[in-house]
Amino acid sequence: MKIVVNISLKEGVLDPEGQAIKASLNNLGFRNCSDVRTGKQIVLNFNQNNETETLSQAKKMCEKLLVNTVIENYEINILKD
Amino acid sequence: MRSGVVIFPGSNCDRDMIVALRQITGKTPIKLWHKENDIPNLDLIVIPGGFTFGDYLRCGALAARSPVISSIKNHISRGGTVLGVCNGFQILIEAKILPGSLIRNKKLLFTCRETTLEVQSCMKNPFLSGLKIGERLKIPVAHNDGNYFAPLDLIKKLKEEGRIAFKYSNSTNNEKNYNPNGSTEDIAGILSNNGRVLGMMPHPERAINYLHGGTDGLKLLTNCVEKIIG
Repeated sequence: MKIVVNISLKEGVLDPEGQAIKASLNNLGFRNCSDVRTGKQIVLNFNQNNETETLSQAKKMCEKLLVNTVIENYEINILKD
Repeated sequence: MRSGVVIFPGSNCDRDMIVALRQITGKTPIKLWHKENDIPNLDLIVIPGGFTFGDYLRCGALAARSPVISSIKNHISRGGTVLGVCNGFQILIEAKILPGSLIRNKKLLFTCRETTLEVQSCMKNPFLSGLKIGERLKIPVAHNDGNYFAPLDLIKKLKEEGRIAFKYSNSTNNEKNYNPNGSTEDIAGILSNNGRVLGMMPHPERAINYLHGGTDGLKLLTNCVEKIIG
């Protein structure tokens, strides 16, 4: 089964990349875009199908490595084929 | 004085740090490969700069989960001294040995230039004890992700406990970009709660010879070695 982890910066954490993208969008004429926040997506392939077990393992992976919980939030979802 | 320099795939300031420590101590530091989980008793362990594991995931994130890190944690719990420079500072943060985080430089630029640091901390520690509060040191930086960021309550705690080691200093009072990365409160380096671990973005090993443009890095490292030998 596939799990997708979406990682985003917490509110209040500076996102210079997002700001640079915003400035570029504004330059292209998209002046109604007032803020851009970037993040990342990690797709995990598991060789098991037990949802509860897989979700719990994914959560552990996020806390131990994938996410820096000082500055990032995360969301775990099962990716349906 | 027995020292060791940790080497990960992608470390690139290890040789410079070894040269600096050899110059100061007269002994060659031992090299600690990242896979080692049984390291000898040392007085000082340095985690040098570089781009470990290609800065993948987050700077220092993968290095911080390497086997050598648990040995370093044991070394710290025995009261050992650790210095992390640049990527070494990022690794100490990712390993949760030091608190907070280091995020992308505010202006998205890789900054490589000399900075002026101002000594902040008065807490008892081997790194700054021989230096005066407010003393300025010229030491270069070279990084992409050196913007120290932490929740306000943590910044307050670090201040109260005297754990902010250095701030970037506005040496001429009208220099706009004296802070190279936009860090909170101009923080350039912080100490652990027992003062035995220092993480700093600037590279002292790159300021140890007049040919480098200055020797303030030598002053800092020499002070540290002398305090450890005691």
